[in-house]
Amino acid sequence: MFFQEVTPDTSSYMIAGFAITFLVLAAYVASLYLRDRNLKQDIDTLTELQKAAEAENLKMDKKRAPKKNAEK
Amino acid sequence: MNKKPLALKILDLVSIVLLIAATYLSIFVAPMERVMGNVQRVFYFHVGTAWVALIGFIFTAALSVIYLATKNLKWDRIQVAAVEVSVVFFLITIILGSIWARPAWNTWWTWDPRLTTAAVVELVYIAYFMLRQGLDDPNKRANFSAVYALIGGLSAPITFFSIRLFRTIHPVVIAGTNAEAEGSFSMSGGMLQAFFFALFAFTVIFIDLFWNRIRLGEAQAKVEEMKINAAY
Repeated sequence: MFFQEVTPDTSSYMIAGFAITFLVLAAYVASLYLRDRNLKQDIDTLTELQKAAEAENLKMDKKRAPKKNAEK
Repeated sequence: MNKKPLALKILDLVSIVLLIAATYLSIFVAPMERVMGNVQRVFYFHVGTAWVALIGFIFTAALSVIYLATKNLKWDRIQVAAVEVSVVFFLITIILGSIWARPAWNTWWTWDPRLTTAAVVELVYIAYFMLRQGLDDPNKRANFSAVYALIGGLSAPITFFSIRLFRTIHPVVIAGTNAEAEGSFSMSGGMLQAFFFALFAFTVIFIDLFWNRIRLGEAQAKVEEMKINAAY
């Protein structure tokens, strides 16, 4: 390579290098976005479950309350 | 989950602009290197990504010390973010190096000290995630990860100094006088401009991705906590 007179055409390697850099970064950004979206969905689902469980507990408490009063 | 801060949104945009500008400077502003041709232009990204990744790995070791001293899981989350982003950047470094090596050395890969130590660093930190996957208890996971990352952190400076300590064909472009090196070159004005801009751009991109990844870790911790609460 050091004894050549003409600069070799290595443009295809350059294009491949830049393309792979963009591809890897884009794939990582996409993975961050998808994981973030899934976590948001998980948080929403768990919040709803928590609210439903709290509502159920309240109902149960209300049902128990008249019985306790009658026992008294 | 907290709303994305405005500063992070701005940083996202700045990162995109800097990446485009760094590409423009590398391709259109930096002059073509006479011996290797256009492939030398990947050098700016190759060094830029290596710079942030190796600093990221050393930073990870520092975070291990902080975690082990405080036992606060917040530092574990920050550490995971640093390792993950560094692994992505170092993967780009290795791929770009291989692409550059093909026309410069006539091979995609050779077991040269620099290439070998770089491959070892990448594998050490991929194994870090395998270790974490195998541990369910958050405190145990954080303890093991911190010790592992502390020891693994030694591999980053070894990689950096490998081309200065051993006989290698890998060029030492900055302050290098290695007679064995193949593919070395001196940087002129336009090249230096592209080089330092790429270092700056990848530093900002790293910080942006790191911040985004920390936020993701916080959301993961919140989900884990909510699941434990739901179970009881």
